[in-house]
This record gives sequence, C-alpha cells and structure tokens, in this order.
Amino acid sequence: MAVTEVEPIVTARLGLPESWTLKTYVDNGGYAGLRKALSMSPGAIKDDMLNASLLGRGGAGFDAGKKWSMLAKGQPSYLVVNADESEPCTFKDHMLIEGDPHQLIEGTAICAYANGVTQAFIYVRGEFALGVERLTAAVNEAYDHGALGRDIFGSGFDLDLVVHYGAGAYIVGEETALLESLEGKRGFPRIKPPNFPAVSGLYGCPTVVNNVETLSYLPWIVINGGSSFSRMGEGVSAGTRLFSLSGHVNRPGNYEFEWAKATFRDLIEHPRLGGGVRNGNQLKAIIPGGASSPWFGPDKLDMALQHDVVQKAGSMLGSGSVIVMDHTTCAVRAAWRIVKFFHRESCGQCTPCREGSGWLEKIMIRIEQGSGREEDLELLLDVCDNISPDITWPPKQTTICVLGPSIPPAIATSLNMFRDEYLVHIKEGGCPFD
Amino acid sequence: MALYPRPRSALIPVLHLAQEQDGYLTEDAMVHIGELLDITAAEVYGTASFYDMFFREPVGRHLISICTNVACMINGAYELVDHAEKTLGIKADTTTADGEFTLEEFECLALCDKAPCLTVNWRFFGPVTNQDFDRLVDDLRAGRLADVVPPHGTLCRVRRTVGLPAQVPFPGREGDPMKKPVRDGDGVGAAAGAPAPPVDKRTPGERVAEGQQPAREGAVPQVDESAAQILGPEGTDTGPTAGGSRAGGGT
Ligand SMILES: Cc1cc2nc3c(=O)[nH]c(=O)nc-3n(C[C@H](O)[C@H](O)[C@H](O)COP(=O)(O)O)c2cc1C
Ligand code: SF4
Ligand code: FES
Repeated sequence: MAVTEVEPIVTARLGLPESWTLKTYVDNGGYAGLRKALSMSPGAIKDDMLNASLLGRGGAGFDAGKKWSMLAKGQPSYLVVNADESEPCTFKDHMLIEGDPHQLIEGTAICAYANGVTQAFIYVRGEFALGVERLTAAVNEAYDHGALGRDIFGSGFDLDLVVHYGAGAYIVGEETALLESLEGKRGFPRIKPPNFPAVSGLYGCPTVVNNVETLSYLPWIVINGGSSFSRMGEGVSAGTRLFSLSGHVNRPGNYEFEWAKATFRDLIEHPRLGGGVRNGNQLKAIIPGGASSPWFGPDKLDMALQHDVVQKAGSMLGSGSVIVMDHTTCAVRAAWRIVKFFHRESCGQCTPCREGSGWLEKIMIRIEQGSGREEDLELLLDVCDNISPDITWPPKQTTICVLGPSIPPAIATSLNMFRDEYLVHIKEGGCPFD
Repeated sequence: MALYPRPRSALIPVLHLAQEQDGYLTEDAMVHIGELLDITAAEVYGTASFYDMFFREPVGRHLISICTNVACMINGAYELVDHAEKTLGIKADTTTADGEFTLEEFECLALCDKAPCLTVNWRFFGPVTNQDFDRLVDDLRAGRLADVVPPHGTLCRVRRTVGLPAQVPFPGREGDPMKKPVRDGDGVGAAAGAPAPPVDKRTPGERVAEGQQPAREGAVPQVDESAAQILGPEGTDTGPTAGGSRAGGGT
C-alpha cells in the first residue's frame, strides 16, 4: 500500500491562475472531451462509461454508467447535478465549483448528450455565493463559446443549462428532496419506490442525478477511454478519488490520488497529504466517510481507502470526507455535535427520525454537561434501535430516506469505543476535557 | 422564470431576489411572488420557512454565520462563538441594536480545512482567530469590505446573459404553465430576451486582487487560497500541475 504516482484528473487545473475562466480552461485542453463526445454516438459513450466503472462520488456509491443505463425512455428527460454539498466535513465539490466550473459544465454537457437530455440543472448549495457567481459567469462564457445552447460546436445537439441555487437545508442533498426543492417546494424526500429519479424524477419525468465530482471526471474519461480510468484503483474503487481531510492534521485539505492504493495512514501522515496529526499528538479516532459513518480507531490506520474494504470493516467512505480527532478530543462532545446536526436537519416526515434525533440530542447533552445517569447509556442504544432496528451495518431503514438510519452509527460506535469516557462524564458530573 | 419548464421552480431564486431587496422576506414580497408564480402565498411561505437562509424578520446588514460542526468545533468554533458574542455584545441568533450585525451558529460550511471558519453574508473567511474576528468586525463596520461582502441578501452578483428559454409547453399536462408573461427585471427571468442588468463578472476574490484593501492576513477571503491549497505550502517544489493533489512517491 502506498500513495501512487498518478496525474490528478479533477484537480489538474486548480493551481493555474484564474482556473475558473474559460481562457485558462481552453488553454489547458478544456472542452476537448465534449468535442470528442459529440463526434461519438451517445450509445458508445454509455458503453465506455460501463468500462470506466465510475462510482458516484456523492455518497451513495452507485456506478454512474449503470445508473445511466437505467434511465427510462421518454421525453422530456432531465439531468440534475447535485452541487448541494452539505455533508459535514465534505468540501470537495465546493472547491471544484469555485476552482474549475468549466470542467463541471463540460462533464454535464457530456452526460446530457449521452443520455439524450436537452435540459440540465446544476443545483448549487445556496451558501456557496462565490461558487454560484463563478458558475453563472462560466455558463455565460460557455454559451458564448458554443459549448452550451443551440447546436453545440456545430453538432446539432442542443442543451440548456440552468444554474439553480438553494437556500440552506442539508436534506436537499438527498436526490429526491433535491428534485422537490427544484420544483419550488420544501425539501421533503420522496418515497422510493416508486419515485426513483431514473423513472419518475423532476416533474415526474426520467431524470439523471449525479454529483459534481462524478461529472467532473467525464471529460477525462471521454478523452482517455473508460478502461484507462478503471485501470487505476482496484475493482469498483476505480480511478482517482478526492478525499476531504479535516480535523487535527497538519495539512487539512482536499487530496486527489489513485483510489484503493493508499491507506488511512497514508492520507493522514504522508508529507504531501495530511502531514501527520497536529503537534505530534496521539490519534484518537477517525470518522471515515461523513457524519453518518461508524467511527474507526487507530487500529484501522493501515486499512486501504477502498470502497468494499471499508464497507466490510463496518463503515464506509461515503462522501470521501475523513475527520481526524486527536487525544484532546472529547468523544461524547463530538458524537453529540453530530446528533445535533441530524436533529436540526431532519425534515420531520418520519417519527423515528424526527423524535429520535431530538431525544438522542437531549440525552447526549445531558451526559456531556455532567447530569447524565448510567442508565442513559442503555437508553441511547434503545433510542438508536428504535430509529434503525438492531443497529446493524449497513443500517436497516424504516424511514423514507437514509438520514434517519444515519443517526445511530456515531453514537453506537463512540459508545462502543469510548464507554469509559461516557462513564467518566457521568461519574464526575462533567466533561473531563473542559 | 423563463429558464424553468414550470414557473414554480423559480421560487427559491426569486425568494433570494426578494431578500436581496429588503434584506429579509416581507409579507408583501411573498404575496407578490405568489401572484407572479401563480401559487398561493401560503405555498410561498411554506417553502420559504423550510430553508435556513430565508429570514422572515429583519436581520443585520451583516449576517455572521459561524460554523460549529465537527471539524470547526474541534478547532475551537464554540470558543469563537463565545468571543463573537462578547465582541458584538449580543447572543447568537440576535442582532445588534444598530442593525449592523446578526450572529448565528451554522452547520458545516464546506470550508472545513480552514477551521474554524465563518461567512459574512455568505462570503467565506477562515481560519479565524479571535483577533481576526475583531479586525473583521472593525473592517465591516467601517465599510472597508463593502466590495467583498455585499449587503445581506445579495447572493449572486453575476447575471445570466445567455440561453434558450425553457422548453415549453410542457407535454401532456393541462394548461400552459408559461401563461404568465415574464416581467422585465425580475432577475432570474432576465435571460429570455429581457434587457440584462449590467454584468459584473468580478468575483469577490478578484476584487480583492484588484487592489481593494481587504482585512489583513487571517481575515482574507478564502477565494484565492483554494488554489494555494492545492499547490501546497509555498517553498515546496510542487509545480503548477503537480500539486499536493498529486501525491508524491510511496511511503
Ligand atoms: C441525507 C442525504 C444527503 C445527501 N447529500 C448529498 C450531497 O450533498 N451531495 C451529493 O452529491 N449527494 C448527496 N446525497 C446522495 C444523493 O442522494 C445521490 O445519491 C447522489 O447525488 C447521486 O450522485 P452520484 O451517483 O454521482 O454520487 C445525499 C444523500 C442523503 C440520503
Ligand atoms: S428519515 Fe428523516 S430526513 Fe429522511 S424523510 Fe424521514 S424525517 Fe425526513
Ligand atoms: S465543519 Fe466547519 S466548515 Fe465544515
């Protein structure tokens, strides 16, 4: 296991001056992928995508080529780009939108062409004011350049692309809530089945929903071929991948490298990546894939950052965010903060999620502040069990969307790993880290 | 509105435009928007109240949102909130008496590598120390950041100037969703033939680059650092195409 020497794909242009402008983009090979795609048949692109084995980078980890092949026939159909990045401690799409908006536009256009879509939307998280501005300016430039609009690059293919922006609600990142929101409604997830976007999505029409990072790989894949992509990485963990590294490391940031070859230790300690835990402190725990993922202890440091390996070990890489906590971190407080987040962001449609998250938050804050009781620990697990029966991995789902079942893992794993610390809070009547 | 197959889809962007005018959503604005999009005021209100960025009461000219989610919390975000409350003399979720500042605790702002971080009217700053915070407040109060941080409510200062009208009419549905004419100057709809407002393609970062004196180090918007981040710290041998993103040899 090691960090391998491969050229970055989606971050290749980010260091260039004014990387967000059309000029920089085109001077560095931009829109060549779209030109090539338009000379191919949509079917050929879709076939090549199956070779690429590009796993969706939005968190659910579904193969993009397979997703496209499931798109129901029928007009109109739509493409909605999920640029609503709000998963705690995930900040890669934010960077791609601000730093290389044309790459996203090009990927979007390729995806639209391959799927016979002529109307696409990029749904940007409303808080990304600069991203919305850069993307809007880039769309203006792309139309003028002939890369969007009517008769793209003289191919006869038309595509209208609208930059839509939201207004702050984590749940809207869930794809059916995203579509509700894009219809001008509250971001309530829809019941699946029957509302699979590929069949019944935006305005009830077949809709492709893909993540920003996912689509940003497309220009490269079209130019280099799907099998060049899947030659990198390992199995379903193909290609390169962006990881958002945050917390107690010397060099937090977004890092792109060949997937499945490096380990958590590489990511955290490699001098070009995390650069080690800050102040030479001891590592306490990692949250390997977003707020909903079960935590890992230092014993998992040498595990490969690989989709199925991490899944088998009882957690997930999810949205590609890795949070590092050193020994100065209070595990109770960290778990409480995650539960507080879910409580705040629950859309309220399902009772276990709405009520359960509130109860858990109350119990957690009580423990953290020193007025917890020993029975609270069992109570926590009991409430978790009510939200997601048996607290398994992957969690069982009794709710409309997976936000509900995402709540227990942080509590269950932190309690399992740091039960003593919970008990100290209770016995000493306060947080030992204060 | 003309950009969307169905007008109601324009609701959130139009609400943002209303908030841009008044700094918050007035009842009048919501009623008017309902008429514009052919939905009830209750539907407008129902949607608006779901989203964190919409305010139904006046807020300060500067909305300071401090992230307290995990990466920021373990890097001192709550201490920063305490400090901010002291500096501004208010509690979180309230506004200063002079109407200059509203302070709020926020969820992850996707700037976790610059923890602890905050936004002012959704313009990013991070990492922010207590001293940075005080300087930032001074600069905002004195209007020194007016170009980087527009008044609360202004989200996108770049207007769309191009594009096809949406593909209408929508097949197989009753009624023509586009029966309402697009009113000039309604912003989002300005694309479809209406005269476009002047385009200001400069982004906050570029304005900074163009010589506007921003806050001193520490309180500089993150903008251009996103590139620096990828390049790795100055002085390392990472060339422009071989960033920290391209991880070096094996360990
Ligand atoms: C609660 C919740 C939040 C989500 N948030 C996001 C998000 O912010 N961005 C994203 O791309 N996908 C998010 N997803 C995943 C989307 O539902 C969807 O799977 C994804 O956008 C599909 O794109 P991909 O296949 O390219 O990954 C979220 C899912 C859930 C259940
Ligand atoms: S699980 Fe929670 S967030 Fe998801 S639909 Fe139900 S209440 Fe809403
Ligand atoms: S945790 Fe603060 S910005 Fe993500």
